[in-house]
Amino acid sequence: MTAYLLKRLLIGMVTLGVASVVVFLMLEVVPGDPARLMLGMNASDAQVELLRDQMGLNQPLVVRYLTWAGGLLSLDFGKSYTYSVPVIDLIKERLVVSFPLAIIALTLSTLIAIPVGLFAAARRGKAADTAAMAVAQVGVAMPNFWFALLLVYVFAVWLRLVPAGGFPGWGNGVWPALKALILPAMALALPQAAILARVTRAALIEVLSEDYIRTARAKGMPMRAVLWRHALRNAMIPVLTIMGLQFAFLLAGTIIIENVFYLPGLGRLVFQAITQRDLIVVESVVMLLVAAVVVVNLLVDLSYAVVDPRLRTRQ
Amino acid sequence: MKHWKTVVTAAAFALASSTAAMAARTDLVLGMPLEPPHLDPTAGAAAAIDEVLYANVFEGLTRIGSRGEVLPDLAESWTISDDGKVYTFKLHTGVKFHDGSDFDASDVKFSLDRARGENSVNAQKGLFAAIDTVEVVDPSTVKVTLKNPLGSFLYNLGWGDAVIVAPDSADTNKEKPIGTGPFKFQNWAKGSSITLVKADGYWGDPIALDKAEFRIIPDAAAAIPALLSGDVQALPNFALGDALAQVKADPRFKVVIGTTEGETVLATNNKRPPFDKLKVRQAIAHAIDRKALIDGATGGLGTPIGSHFAPHNPAYVDLTGTYPHDLAKAKELLKEAGLPDGFKATLKLPPVGYARQGGEIIASQLREIGVDLQIIPVEWADWLKQVFTDKDYDLSIVSHTEPNDIDIYARKDYYFNYDNPAFNKVIDELNLTSDETKRTELYKQAQTILADDAVNGFLFELPKVGIWDAKVEGLWENSPIQANDLTKVKWAD
Repeated sequence: MTAYLLKRLLIGMVTLGVASVVVFLMLEVVPGDPARLMLGMNASDAQVELLRDQMGLNQPLVVRYLTWAGGLLSLDFGKSYTYSVPVIDLIKERLVVSFPLAIIALTLSTLIAIPVGLFAAARRGKAADTAAMAVAQVGVAMPNFWFALLLVYVFAVWLRLVPAGGFPGWGNGVWPALKALILPAMALALPQAAILARVTRAALIEVLSEDYIRTARAKGMPMRAVLWRHALRNAMIPVLTIMGLQFAFLLAGTIIIENVFYLPGLGRLVFQAITQRDLIVVESVVMLLVAAVVVVNLLVDLSYAVVDPRLRTRQ
Repeated sequence: MKHWKTVVTAAAFALASSTAAMAARTDLVLGMPLEPPHLDPTAGAAAAIDEVLYANVFEGLTRIGSRGEVLPDLAESWTISDDGKVYTFKLHTGVKFHDGSDFDASDVKFSLDRARGENSVNAQKGLFAAIDTVEVVDPSTVKVTLKNPLGSFLYNLGWGDAVIVAPDSADTNKEKPIGTGPFKFQNWAKGSSITLVKADGYWGDPIALDKAEFRIIPDAAAAIPALLSGDVQALPNFALGDALAQVKADPRFKVVIGTTEGETVLATNNKRPPFDKLKVRQAIAHAIDRKALIDGATGGLGTPIGSHFAPHNPAYVDLTGTYPHDLAKAKELLKEAGLPDGFKATLKLPPVGYARQGGEIIASQLREIGVDLQIIPVEWADWLKQVFTDKDYDLSIVSHTEPNDIDIYARKDYYFNYDNPAFNKVIDELNLTSDETKRTELYKQAQTILADDAVNGFLFELPKVGIWDAKVEGLWENSPIQANDLTKVKWAD
């Protein structure tokens, strides 16, 4: 188990190192000059050059990479070109929105998906199963920005229960902040729940054909207990894998939903930084996301061991 | 729920106080599509910076009013020497910066010297190029001596890039702007909103609002529900596109279509064949149907232009008839230019609605005369690099939003690659003239030369589409400079 963990950790470190080089070089070749963007069309070339000096953009490539990568090790991400504040502060400000949003969305999605998956798998081939999967299919196919706008019109414009968008910050109380996250979390959760429900159902159906399930049923165990105690636990591995992927996506791949609800999340920070060629912010956020994926994968690997005792003893 | 709370609070106020005026709201939330990169108008070109801070938080010696006129601001009055080179400004006294420090002549000297200094990264450094010296005569008098007379000097001082800052706070204005205006900066929740509140002891006319919040809403589809739900009460300048129709008929809102200083042009590389031939440029001008273009690219809201000048400017001449839409004439001109079968070229389009949609329409219009345009969409950063800096382009569509910027055609190495000594002479003369009648005459000459030379395809003036609560008064209808001046804004009732 320890060797297994160490190996996973090492792979994670190497991934991060390689990613830092790739990300840095990729953004190097993107055309566009942050200094020119800042100063606009009326500034002279000499002024742009001056600002490039101030931003530290005129240093050699290797020096800039080493400064940045070295900073990353001590969690010093450097200073944003456009905002001229430490990148880490920008990221923190966005994480307090994106992280809770991802957690709420994932929780919602799981709470919907697992029962639906169980329900459908237990009634495999029957009308209820077909209906549940048809709804899930709609959930997968529906554009999430459209669903988001629908939610806004119903709950914000018509019923006026929640704000149409924006984020008041946690400083103004937990409830207003949560209220601002409810609709976006729902908009994000539904398509994810649809996918997860389908995966859960498929995994359960496979497990339900195993011998030990028949044995459990044969010894008189009720279907409900068989499903929850034996089948679901064994079907968890593919479900957890998908959940891990979904969490990474929910953390930063939510730019469309962030735009619809004008939430100051990580997705919009990256998008804005790309258009303004605030390369240091782009690089740092991408690295953070790589780190998040690595960590989530590690956690998923660990959770396999929790749900499957064989993995614990084998290694 | 929130709505009811407001109503109840307002009702309670109305009961508690005998004056009915207490019931009027004193807060306003405005939606804007782009977030400023920072909050220092003297250190960046982004329009969003001025749209939050100009006239609200920062003030200059002069300021630009809602009709584009020059008004006194921190300078109460001024005198100009007979040779037009020495400006003596009398400053308001008793003015304080928001951090409590006093404003006086030394702050003016500091601000102007900083903006034009060697290490200045002011995005409009050219505004200050004519200044020779700035002297403090006494705490309320400043003398500015110019190298040469400059007719537009007072106007230049009214730009957001020329606002007066204090030495102690100049370096931190990006994060925490300190000015002399009627609003002081309160909070910036990055990616979300910027809040201003009424400043205590403001020197000028009192304002009606206690609080103004600029909320960043990047998407037009999200801006409309924000307005409908009451979260936001004004979208002063928002390219709403089709979404506009949704609120146009709603009596709760006022839709105000105004003009801007954005001359939208089919930018043409005047040195690159075949665009170096006047006849080819004239042919393109004849092939453009402005009406169809304006309908398609701005929902019919833009104003056609025939040269690089804003129609609301008193010196404007209507030159849209110089090369009227005439396909036969256009083909004839191409033949005379030795290109009877037309030619192929590229059209690089920045990521804004009017350019992307306008580009499709221009391409189909030019196809009628055998000019085959390959459309290349580019990002802003890419556009600035390829088109603006490297001049690696044939044609592009872009709006030049700086006010009164016809002089860009006299700039050496500007990306149009246009060089006409006769035009440069007019601009030189304009710079040396301060007499309004003479200036108007020269502006007219300049416009006519550009129109005749068909330097660019002159398309339309960008509209300002504003929507706000029908009870909100005092927001600008037009946009003579990029600003959301809130000093006269109030709620009716």
